[in-house]
Amino acid sequence: MTEAALKEAKQPSEINLESGPDAGEHQTVGAPFHDNAKITVRNVDVFYADKQAVFDVSLDIGKNEVIAMIGPSGCGKSTFLRCLNRMNDTIDICRVTGSIKLEEKEILDTKIDVVPLRAEVGMVFQKPNPFPKSIYDNVAYGPRIHGLASRRSELDEIVETSLQKAGLWNEVKDRLHAPGTGLSGGQQQRLCIARTIAVSPEVILMDEPCSALDPIATAKIEELIAELSENFTIAIVTHSMQQAARVSNRTAYFHMGKLIEVNETEQVFTNPDHKLTEAYITGRFG
Amino acid sequence: MTNPDSQNQALTTAQKVELSLKKRYRAEARFKAFGLASICFGLLALVVLFSNIIGNGIGAFQQTDIQLEVTFDKDTLEIDDASDAQQLAIANFDGVIKNALKARFPDVKSRRDKRLLYGMISIGASFDLRDYLKAHPEKLGSTETLWLLADDDYDTYYKTLKAGEPFVGRMNEKQQAWVQSLLDNEQMKSSFNTRFFTSGDSAEPELAGILGALVGSLLTLLVTLLLSFPIGVAAAIYLEEYAKKTKLTDFIEVNINNLAAVPSVIFGLLGLAIFLNFFNMPRSIPLVGGLVLTLMTLPTIIISSRAAIKAVPPSIREAALGMGASKMQMILHHVLPLAMPGMLTGAIIGMAQALGETAPLLMIGMVAFIVDIPGGVTDPATVLPVQIFLWADSPERAFTERTSAAIMVLLAFLITMNALAIWLRKRLERRW
Repeated sequence: MTEAALKEAKQPSEINLESGPDAGEHQTVGAPFHDNAKITVRNVDVFYADKQAVFDVSLDIGKNEVIAMIGPSGCGKSTFLRCLNRMNDTIDICRVTGSIKLEEKEILDTKIDVVPLRAEVGMVFQKPNPFPKSIYDNVAYGPRIHGLASRRSELDEIVETSLQKAGLWNEVKDRLHAPGTGLSGGQQQRLCIARTIAVSPEVILMDEPCSALDPIATAKIEELIAELSENFTIAIVTHSMQQAARVSNRTAYFHMGKLIEVNETEQVFTNPDHKLTEAYITGRFG
Repeated sequence: MTNPDSQNQALTTAQKVELSLKKRYRAEARFKAFGLASICFGLLALVVLFSNIIGNGIGAFQQTDIQLEVTFDKDTLEIDDASDAQQLAIANFDGVIKNALKARFPDVKSRRDKRLLYGMISIGASFDLRDYLKAHPEKLGSTETLWLLADDDYDTYYKTLKAGEPFVGRMNEKQQAWVQSLLDNEQMKSSFNTRFFTSGDSAEPELAGILGALVGSLLTLLVTLLLSFPIGVAAAIYLEEYAKKTKLTDFIEVNINNLAAVPSVIFGLLGLAIFLNFFNMPRSIPLVGGLVLTLMTLPTIIISSRAAIKAVPPSIREAALGMGASKMQMILHHVLPLAMPGMLTGAIIGMAQALGETAPLLMIGMVAFIVDIPGGVTDPATVLPVQIFLWADSPERAFTERTSAAIMVLLAFLITMNALAIWLRKRLERRW
């Protein structure tokens, strides 16, 4: 590539990275709203102490849809995702304003109890984080603390079906009492997914679930996401645009804390409405 | 060697690296040698310390016995029934021993010499004779050949004779001649000093034992552990997991660190002022000792427990919270099990400190001379390091010996305690 071409390629990103879309007001383009919304997000701002990380995000997440959130590092997509089950509560300096409704229930209300909320909105993290306990105890942990099974046989059944749904049952059924940390990275992540679905949540949030995995393990998780979308609403943050294209129904593009564009995944990757989205998916920055 | 600059320019990078390599390797060798020398120095110090203590103290595990023909004479004992415990309690066993000594050394005539002669056998021997007669009441009136415990002067003299060392002590020529006569007839021998492990302190070195101090230490440490571990862990959990970062928590944190550096004698004064003067608790008891040592070990346990809690990976907390666990469930199910090995390490360091602590216990009166072995946390007691301090203060050679022996017992206690803690930690340790 010639020097001139490089400069040309860099130009739009440089301008936009400095000033953001339009410094003050901005409008999310595309179709952020959904007729059959499971989660309704309106005007959400997130601050870390004095620094604002997410600016005025409004978005619907439809029932049983898979919505992918993409954008360059530090654009606020993970922060936004963590608002959906109030995981940001664990960070002292973090403050969230606006409104997020799970069906009719306002989840940003400080009076609501986060314990049942997190049972309804489960989360899978970037790095596989099984508990240092047996595979069985990992999956049984949620049902146990929420009192979902009254008898041992019931618990056994929940563990088995969860592991089956996570596509891990055949690999681990003979060593349920081996430590969960002894599994491979991909298996650990599927164990974490099994652990999350064991409490039958309605929504599953996934924060870059495949970033620590090899391509084969990633393919398995992606397959799993497709299967899970029949029963669950899934919001996934990913750095891989191919992954977003493969697994999601809709895609949301974040840039510097602002939600730039939300559209059907196919449209985002073939004919985006916003020039920033286009710049990102064609690899001019990110 | 004309111009170093022009020479340098002619060299390639590889050659320059080659030149610097030797210097680097020499520096590395020096670095390693310095570490090795430090370890050697430490080991040497340890060897000197141990050989000195063991060399001095090994004699305390041996006692000297003297063989005498003892006649359980009814008239001397002033009793007529040996199965009657009351009669035995007032019986004159000293007279029996004196008679036996007189019979063994008939040449001793002057009063002064006789007094010296009677000093040959420990006053503890009359208690041994009573126990003997209690076990064999039918022996009343008969004459038996028995081994009796020697006084500490004779014990020390016998040990130096055996070791072939020059004797410096309180033995005149007559006394030395008596010992020679006993040796010639094989009426003097060494045996294992079980009394050292089964009795409390005594003014007579040959009767003094370590058990009272050992039990005192055990009880004091038990009180310390039972109080400081739960309190320390609870404080650490609150500070780490619940307390918001405010000026107040910063202030508390700074002061915990300061407390860890406060000289222990100050805690002793605090204990004296609060527990003894204000709450009017009795002096010299393990309960108060344990309370004072709790104050002293708390900062250590809090600091190390906080470090252990901090070391639990945040991903595990997030996983638990993400599952809908409450904060308490997260702490009890995940944080505590993972932090426990680290907390135990802190606790054991604190306990080891507490075990070796003397100064604060002096302040609350645990330095008293206590013969009885404590039966509970409210009985007067002393502890191992204080016992060492007391014996080290005594002039008798036999007490010097016992001081080193007590140090050995203290070290053995410490090593056992640490080994137990390491074993416990290994069992609890889990990988994540």
